[in-house]
Amino acid sequence: MTEAPAEFLAPRRRFQVLRRLARHRSFRIGFVIVVLLTLAAIFAPLITSFDPTAMRARIRFRPPQEAYWFGTDNFGRDVFTRCLYGARLSLTIGLGVALLSGVVGTAAGIVSAQFRRLDAMIMRLMDGLMAFPAIILAIGLAAAMGPNIGSLIVALSVAYIPRTARIVRASALVVRELEFVDAARVSGASSLRIIWKHLLPNCMGPLLVQLTFVFAYAILAEAALSFLGIGPPPPAPSWGNIIAEGRDQAVDAWWIMFFPGLAISLATLGMNLLGDGLRDVLDPRLKVET
Amino acid sequence: MTTPLLAVRDLTVQFRTDAGWLTAVENVGFELGAQETLGIVGESGSGKSVTALSLLGLHAASTTRLPTGSIDYAGQNLLKLPERAMRRIRGGEIAMIFQDPMSSLNPVLTVADQISETVMLHQGLDRAAARKRAVGLLDMVRIADAAHRVDAYPHQLSGGMRQRVMIAIAIACRPKLLIADEPTTALDVTIQAQILDLLRELQAELGMSVILISHDLGVIAEFARRVMVMYAGRVVEAAPSRALFRQPMHPYTSGLLAAIPPLDHDVTRLSTIAGSIPDPARRIPGCRFSPRCAEVEAACRETAPDLVTVGAGHLARCPPRLHRMAAP
Amino acid sequence: MSPIVAARGLVKEFQAGRERTLRAVNDVTFEITAGETLGLVGESGSGKSTTGRMLIGLIPVTAGEVTLFGQSVTGPGGAERLAAVRHRMQFVFQDPNGSLNPRMRVRDAIAEPLDIKGGLSRAERTERVAELLDMVGLPAASADRYPHEFSGGQRQRIGIARALALRPEFIVCDEPVSALDVSMQAQIVNLLLDLQERFGLGYLFIAHDLAVVRSMSRTVAVMYAGSIVEIASRAALYAAPQHPYTQALLDVVPRPDPDRVRKPALAGEVPSMLNRPAGCAFAMRCPRAEARCRSETPVLREIATGHRAACHLV
Repeated sequence: MTEAPAEFLAPRRRFQVLRRLARHRSFRIGFVIVVLLTLAAIFAPLITSFDPTAMRARIRFRPPQEAYWFGTDNFGRDVFTRCLYGARLSLTIGLGVALLSGVVGTAAGIVSAQFRRLDAMIMRLMDGLMAFPAIILAIGLAAAMGPNIGSLIVALSVAYIPRTARIVRASALVVRELEFVDAARVSGASSLRIIWKHLLPNCMGPLLVQLTFVFAYAILAEAALSFLGIGPPPPAPSWGNIIAEGRDQAVDAWWIMFFPGLAISLATLGMNLLGDGLRDVLDPRLKVET
Repeated sequence: MTTPLLAVRDLTVQFRTDAGWLTAVENVGFELGAQETLGIVGESGSGKSVTALSLLGLHAASTTRLPTGSIDYAGQNLLKLPERAMRRIRGGEIAMIFQDPMSSLNPVLTVADQISETVMLHQGLDRAAARKRAVGLLDMVRIADAAHRVDAYPHQLSGGMRQRVMIAIAIACRPKLLIADEPTTALDVTIQAQILDLLRELQAELGMSVILISHDLGVIAEFARRVMVMYAGRVVEAAPSRALFRQPMHPYTSGLLAAIPPLDHDVTRLSTIAGSIPDPARRIPGCRFSPRCAEVEAACRETAPDLVTVGAGHLARCPPRLHRMAAP
Repeated sequence: MSPIVAARGLVKEFQAGRERTLRAVNDVTFEITAGETLGLVGESGSGKSTTGRMLIGLIPVTAGEVTLFGQSVTGPGGAERLAAVRHRMQFVFQDPNGSLNPRMRVRDAIAEPLDIKGGLSRAERTERVAELLDMVGLPAASADRYPHEFSGGQRQRIGIARALALRPEFIVCDEPVSALDVSMQAQIVNLLLDLQERFGLGYLFIAHDLAVVRSMSRTVAVMYAGSIVEIASRAALYAAPQHPYTQALLDVVPRPDPDRVRKPALAGEVPSMLNRPAGCAFAMRCPRAEARCRSETPVLREIATGHRAACHLV
């Protein structure tokens, strides 16, 4: 039985996915943007020597100049510093929403696909959540739990859980019809094993793509909620509440709104480019001839 | 043979991959006369489908290059033809059917829609005439109750029926050449026989040339007048059907023939060709078949043999076998 | 010798819409002895694959009895008895692409049955995987790779290695070579034959091609529209096929002889089991059908010792 010596194995092509991602132009751009923003958020105190919340009446409404790159606001706070520190809050909210809605949505989707009797119930529940406006929920939670990031993350996650659940359920339903799942069942695999070893790993592609978009939407939604006054409470800066505070001086001191707005656009663009790249590389249906 | 309908010379096809440019087809050449039938046989990875797709210019331009070769069809080199002119040839003059009819048909369009699309595009028929033509074409591919089936969606048809629809679309513009790439591989043997019968009848009715691609020499024997055997991107043997099956002049051809399970006697083991086609990224010195060859000699591993004439219209790429045949 | 696997009056019905049922398998009976192969042949829609899946409990039976290793695994308490014998049988799938998890290394795919059963140390597991790879003719280095790095034939070997992991006594092979090139078919058939000899395996070998089945089987059953229409020893079936359908199936096998003139192919396809015709299900495609065939359903009856066929005309 020595019919196939090692030379008949194809040469190894390791890290194919990573290599393809590295070659994908929009993924590369997105990746650089997201990494730079993250580093800026983490190392904010090293990049700027200002305090993001310290008010200095002498230097109110300074336009962008050498000392204050992005200008100062109506309390004399450095907008550049506030944008850097704001990245911490905004990115935390994006990540938190992506993680929370990812975990809960995946669990709901996988359980729906594997345990068909629970499917109708879970999916109707998801429909209900989807019909519930995220803003009302955010206001309600802010009222109940006090206005903090936690309640904001929960409120936004609730809005994205149904979408994530649907995507995971759809791909799990396809995967569970494949023969390797039957092969596992023939060997007596439990439902838990099938979910963990077979369904989940094969749903990761579409899930990751979805979560990059959720991340981007969450940053946008934070800005929208801040604008309505139910975002993270001041004085701690988030991109959303910097814009919200700057809106009264929008005409005279445009820089207060412009730079955090730019940051939001950049972050959203970066995550979307990242997601597009992941989709191109991970979705087998779009795979080009190799 | 007078001027052939199709003459492929020295065709080489390379694809860009993570590992650089890989040669999938190397210096392939053949001719095909009007109303002739050519069978191309080989395992998956032999380059037989790549060759066929090149005839229609169907490779993605960004990841493919053809450093050498010409494809002369009716006096023009298809490789030099602009894309617009190529589109007229594709589906009009040269048509193709594939292994998997499900993925070649659009699931949200009815059979009538899909056939109409082709005939409206190429023949400028209006909608009503196109529909009538669709029914006529389904009749031609022996689909019973064509007037009714024409409104079916692909998923409502069996695999055999779908392949018949694909054939109907392919012959809609009365092509001069039909390329059938493993048209029966996904089908039951009974349906395979039906499709082969149908192709044979249509060829006679329409006077087409046919290139049939298959991994199964049994299927090729039923259908083709001439056979070309490919291995790892190269032609290893080409001959009139009868000569090839009587006296294969390449060990790979012999191996493929022997691997067919016999129907008229019992065996305890089937004859096999050891191993599998090498990955195109792996360069094999000398004869590419030598690592799997049962008749390999030392010289085979060093120099790549040429394709030489060994009989009337019979080419083969195996000097040792030729010498053995010539010796008494 | 007593059979290791037996099906008696096996029936499978699927719900098709609210009130209609589709009878995919209709009163199928056969036995398989240890170390031997039953070849099960038919077109798509004949119910052959459904029969194989019912046999090892992948799908529940509607009626009839399955006996595995002397235990009836259908009826009340059947599930527990099935669980008790599960490790003694396995399944090899048709599609070498779909039957391996693309995100699982070959090592883990092969070891999956071992992991589920449990009780092996890491070293023992590694050793067993290497042993299994060797059995199916794959290099030990394959263990660290992913399925996409292999050809169709090699993937089928991986599937067979997984099936052998728990040293089964019986394997259902569901068209294991249909998706492969002729040259790979022969390799896999030989591998299955070698393994049978070495481990005394019993096979249910499902195929649509009577030529492949001939090299594998001791007994051959031909299925049509959910029922067995002919069953006989290999020698008898190929020497003197009785049912017109068996004869037609033999005729359509392509042969490497350019001078052979085949009869025109059998027309039509397996009828939809929703509109099961009265009389013989094959009558509408049968070149020899008579009036009686369209009204009276033929039963499977003995026409020679060990040779049974369901046809009025034999």
